Amino acid sequence: MQTDLHLFAAAILLPLAGAVVAGLGGRLMGDTLAKAVTLLCMGAATVCGIGALWGGWTSGFGPYAVPLADWVNAGGFHATWTLRFDTLSVTMSAMVLCVSLLVHCYSVGYMSHETMPVYRFFAYLSLFTFAMLMLVSSSDLIQLFFGWEGVGLASYLLIGYWYDRPAATAAAIKAFVVNRVADLFFIVGIGLIYVLFHSVRYDEIFAAVPQAAGAFYTLFGHSFPMLEVICFLLFIGAMGKSAQLFLHTWLPDAMEGPTPVSALIHAATMVTAGVFLMARMSPLLEVAPNTRLFIIFIGATTCFFAATVGMVQPDIKRTIAYSTCSQLGYMFAAVGVGAYQVAIFHLTTHAFFKALLFLGAGSVIHAMHDEQNMFRMGGLWKKLPLTYGVMWIGSLALAGVFPFAGYWSKDAILNALWAADGRMSHYAWMLGVITAFLTAFYSWRLLFLVFHRAPADVQKRDAAHESPLFMSVPLVLLAIGAVVSGLVLAPYYIGAQQSAFWQGSIFNAPGNTIMETFEQVPGVVALLPSLVALVGIALAFLFYIASPGLPEALARSCGPVYRFLLNKWYFDELYEHIFVKPYAAIARFLWKDGEEGAVEGLPRDLVRATASGAVDAVRLQTGSIALYAFTMLAGLVVVLTVALCG
Amino acid sequence: MTPAIAPIGLGSYLVVSAALLVLGVLGIFLNRKNIIIILMSMELILLAANLNFVAFSSAHADLSGQVMVLFVLTIAAAEAAIGLAIVTVYFRNRGSIQVEDVTMMKG
Amino acid sequence: MLAQLVFYVFAAVLLLSAAMVISVRNPVHAVLFLILAFFNAAGLFLIAGAEFLAMLLVIVYVGAVAVLFLFVVMMLDIDFTQLREGLQRHAPIGICVGGVLFAELIMALSHWTMAPAGVSVPLQAAPGLTNTAALGTLIYTHYVLLFQACGLVLLVAMIGAIVLTLRQTGSGRRQNIEKQHARTPEETLVLVRVPLGENVLEQGGFLRPQTSYYDTAVPGSYGSTGQPAVEKEETGA
Repeated sequence: MQTDLHLFAAAILLPLAGAVVAGLGGRLMGDTLAKAVTLLCMGAATVCGIGALWGGWTSGFGPYAVPLADWVNAGGFHATWTLRFDTLSVTMSAMVLCVSLLVHCYSVGYMSHETMPVYRFFAYLSLFTFAMLMLVSSSDLIQLFFGWEGVGLASYLLIGYWYDRPAATAAAIKAFVVNRVADLFFIVGIGLIYVLFHSVRYDEIFAAVPQAAGAFYTLFGHSFPMLEVICFLLFIGAMGKSAQLFLHTWLPDAMEGPTPVSALIHAATMVTAGVFLMARMSPLLEVAPNTRLFIIFIGATTCFFAATVGMVQPDIKRTIAYSTCSQLGYMFAAVGVGAYQVAIFHLTTHAFFKALLFLGAGSVIHAMHDEQNMFRMGGLWKKLPLTYGVMWIGSLALAGVFPFAGYWSKDAILNALWAADGRMSHYAWMLGVITAFLTAFYSWRLLFLVFHRAPADVQKRDAAHESPLFMSVPLVLLAIGAVVSGLVLAPYYIGAQQSAFWQGSIFNAPGNTIMETFEQVPGVVALLPSLVALVGIALAFLFYIASPGLPEALARSCGPVYRFLLNKWYFDELYEHIFVKPYAAIARFLWKDGEEGAVEGLPRDLVRATASGAVDAVRLQTGSIALYAFTMLAGLVVVLTVALCG
Repeated sequence: MTPAIAPIGLGSYLVVSAALLVLGVLGIFLNRKNIIIILMSMELILLAANLNFVAFSSAHADLSGQVMVLFVLTIAAAEAAIGLAIVTVYFRNRGSIQVEDVTMMKG
Repeated sequence: MLAQLVFYVFAAVLLLSAAMVISVRNPVHAVLFLILAFFNAAGLFLIAGAEFLAMLLVIVYVGAVAVLFLFVVMMLDIDFTQLREGLQRHAPIGICVGGVLFAELIMALSHWTMAPAGVSVPLQAAPGLTNTAALGTLIYTHYVLLFQACGLVLLVAMIGAIVLTLRQTGSGRRQNIEKQHARTPEETLVLVRVPLGENVLEQGGFLRPQTSYYDTAVPGSYGSTGQPAVEKEETGA
């Protein structure tokens, strides 16, 4: 058992070592060595992580705590660096490490054409991985918040990696700021938890939940159940990280970063943090039914929204980004009905096929020399056979076609939504099924546009070449994962062995039987998602292969709808007017009037007044002693007069 | 003990000293150029003060007034010495003691 | 009755001479009138029973301060007619201020009452002492610190006056005290056998080594740069 804990700690800390060595020493040791160090660290960490998972599976998951160091010890507040060893953290760590290792490996090939040294990139990637590992392996909320912010920081650094591109830096700032908005709610939530439980440690919080169920929080004269408020705040934090509706705007813009970063953000390290947080906080969420309804609503709506937008985007990476947004919506809907295991299952399978799709897209972009517009591609399937193959696999998995990974998890989610049997969950199920159709449609739209259609630029098509070995190996491995992960993992995550597998690391309230009953749905309901996915594929075939003029005609005839979708439901414009412009106006006011007018102006005017006053006062000082004497005596007379008459 | 000034009265002394003071003040005003006269006028003013001290000391049969006169005399002597030294130095440098022209300390 | 008469005489002369001090053209006359005013003030002091102060006024003021004024006025070659200009110009405003001041002082005197007795214990001399002895006992006991401070003030005034008027010229001679102290008779004195009937002029006019006089002079003062030309002339004479 002790070996497993040591392996686990090594798996968490090795990426940090890689990041530090490559980041601080990269300039000295050179690019090649820095790459080798990070890869080596990641490889070792992955082996350790899988070893810890295997060890946990064979000898029990605990939960155990791995104390590392003391952190905060102030009055009644204690926080330590302690790793939590349970099923959830170990499986998440293993998944993050696998995907991250493959992305590292892929980046070696992808970043080979950079003119600048790329050790910085690899250091950031490792740092990103470490932050995410810290997040999933945390044993208290403060440590989780550390990882949460570390992920935010690393994402900022990576999205803005090409800092000479204004769009990239703007996107990085946007991602950071939007996340900060959500983090504010999150940290308030943590604060309330501390107020309520006097602790931030999971064990103590979860143990005290039954006693805290009656607590109320009064705001503006209304009383709310304390736990509902806390869960709501935590969920808003998760919304920011996981790019749910209203706080999703940073995700598509984050595509300005290098493609491996997109893969990492979408598959393993960043957006999944929100879902993980919800799963981790399951004992709290179980007693907050109203918040869970809200979660279903947001998740299902995001799911639908992102899919509709993804249908019309011309940019290959943005299409996939919206698909991530949409899949995260599924996961949150699952969380909302209490099927946390299903959400984590979908998260895991999604990690494989989404990383695969992104890396495949990166391979296409790499071959087309940084071309991202799908309408300028086409006919690539003969030039990039491997990429073509893996993109097919990834799309099949994403669309949820039997027996690919997505089929198992997405069907489980939709079944759980149906089985939950509430008004909100039926709404979510409906949107989920529609989204399944849309998902299939835009996935095959992407495939057909990129690989099949007549090439827009034949020369460019002919110049395209298959990616080097460093990039193709991760693609193949991920493709294998995308094919088999659902089939292999389903029994453990959601199937017959689930209770033996989770060992209580995810909590289902006694009344919450969704995990037992979600399979018991009518056959039609279970089949429907697959059917609509096939219909979506067929429609995409009709639109982009059979009669290529059809989409254009449809876009023209439904102009407003098309523009509405193309402009992402006008969210960016809306925020621009509601938040950005007033904020800029306030900031400008404070800058021009407050800072330059008052703060700088006051001393400036004071100086001016002093100087001019001094010039005037100097005139009083004639230097004539006689006048001084006269003034003095006149003053004496005045004083005497006042003394006498006063 | 009957005050020595009882037959004359304190009031008369005070009137004389007030008149002396006013004369001193007038002297400062009227002789705006001649710093020596100004210094002398200041001696007159101090003399007026001394007269007051002595008169009150006598009227109250309290010797501290006379001690104060002693101190005032000291200050007056010091002031006269320093003032005259300044006048001498000034005259040596400028060849004149017209204080109305002295505007070197002008701001 | 006699005291009153004497008082009025002294007071009238005092005020008259004070008026003359500020109005006469010749500052020498002004100083003389000032002296007269001091004398009369001393007379008033006497009437009030302050003999010591009266004498002090006469000796210190008339003897020292007023004479100092006189010296300065006479030493400085001043065109006094020029100084009297502007007297008429400033007269009205001066008289106005003076009149107001005088009127107010008289008003103050007429509406003024003494503080009730017993507020503070008056400092009275032991009975039987003269005014001078009583003052002496007071200033050496009760006011000793203030008295010392007065001495300091006078010292400072003296040093100040010297510092202000002292002019460093080459004509003064100052000795380097250290060197002077360190000298021994061997290096300063020589015994010269002077034949009868001869004087010392042949020996250079000095009965000591020629250089020893100049050794101890402070640099910058007389004699510091060797034997000056004047000295040679003297020797020659």
